[in-house]
Amino acid sequence: MATVVLPRSLVALFPGLERRCVVPGATVAEVIAGLDARVPGIGDRLMAAGGAIREHLNVFVDGERAGLTTPVAPDAVVHVIPAVSGG
Amino acid sequence: MATRVLLLVGTRKGAFIAESDAARAAWTLRGPICEGWPIHDMGVDAASGAIYAAAGSPWYGPAVWRSDDLGVTWTHSSAGLTYGDGGPAIPTVWNVTAAHGAVFAGVEPAGLFRSDDRGATWSHVAGLTEHPSRSAWQPGNGGLILHTIVPHATDPRRMWVGISAVGTFETRDGGATWETRNRGVRADFMPDPNPEFGQCVHKLVGAAGEPETLYQQNHCGVYRSSDGGATWDEITAGLPSEFGFPMVAHPRDPATAWVVPLNGADRGRFVPDASAAAWRTRDRGASWERQAAGLPQENAYLGVLREAMAVDRLEPAGVTFGTSNGELWTSADEGATWHQIAAHLPDIWSVEALVVEA
Repeated sequence: MATVVLPRSLVALFPGLERRCVVPGATVAEVIAGLDARVPGIGDRLMAAGGAIREHLNVFVDGERAGLTTPVAPDAVVHVIPAVSGG
Repeated sequence: MATRVLLLVGTRKGAFIAESDAARAAWTLRGPICEGWPIHDMGVDAASGAIYAAAGSPWYGPAVWRSDDLGVTWTHSSAGLTYGDGGPAIPTVWNVTAAHGAVFAGVEPAGLFRSDDRGATWSHVAGLTEHPSRSAWQPGNGGLILHTIVPHATDPRRMWVGISAVGTFETRDGGATWETRNRGVRADFMPDPNPEFGQCVHKLVGAAGEPETLYQQNHCGVYRSSDGGATWDEITAGLPSEFGFPMVAHPRDPATAWVVPLNGADRGRFVPDASAAAWRTRDRGASWERQAAGLPQENAYLGVLREAMAVDRLEPAGVTFGTSNGELWTSADEGATWHQIAAHLPDIWSVEALVVEA
């Protein structure tokens, strides 16, 4: 079970969701699917049509930039971080 | 019974709600709501009282937000709001309009979606994007956007939509097929200024009590149709500019409508002479009167975008517009006099008016 750390701007969209969650999944894609099973709709916020992580979001697994197929170890920490952009 | 008047204001940094009583003289303001998401449009389902917001986050994508308690709490969804895995990504929702028990969303790139469960899930109205002209649609300055949805007042099978730099379309079979509705509308920026499509409609609005009467503010003039959009008559004469974005219609009088002309597409898109005014017709566009009492008359480099004007249903009707520099102006006497509700909001993209008897 990986620990997922979510940004404030994302948890604010889902009342009751906490910034740190423990979620099953052996890859980033499976972790996101696990999150969506627990918090319906969060998958659409993280993924665009076609099954890609949204352009201005970054996912890190244990500090390394990750993609959907990146393995997630049982004790891994997965960070979801919005791009620093905007005005 | 107390009357509550709510102005739903969409901005680049969230939505705000201004509230007053029937006098519409003193206002309170709350916000930002919708978590600061950019809000292109807000709409009201008169049947249920639900408020919808059309949004697109640069980080989290498009969604339609819904509130069932006048904007206190919100849910959001984009389930089904997609052209599919092989289709183009949808960055944002530009319009949300409820009618005849359904909710419709206009998106970028231009397309129409429908929800029959109050915005929880969406399905693509594919008939529009299957129109034979689709491959030739070109984006306008604001993108290839379906920004206006005008349901027929009584016939749920009929609807008009407006797409920037593409024009107006109508369906008469519930969205299965669509026809262009641009005859008589100029497209001066095109090699052929009278094409079947390619006109840059900025806003369409239906006239009260006359389902076949439509008004249109276009990139190239202001128009009225008396035959459901089949043909359009230009009614620009009497206005200081043919260019502007919003147009609203009176809630009861089909001959009365308002626009906010701007100085020109290539001249900064400010109010003419930096002097703010709404312009009203009470004779279907045969003549126009300038309404500026209370509005800034010098050094006012204001713009008003396509969705940023609204009319309430009280008697006399209230008229409100928001500016691209965050000012919210309202009139409780059909435009005769104006006062400012807010001066320092984020860029205002939309205004909607809601009257509630509580």
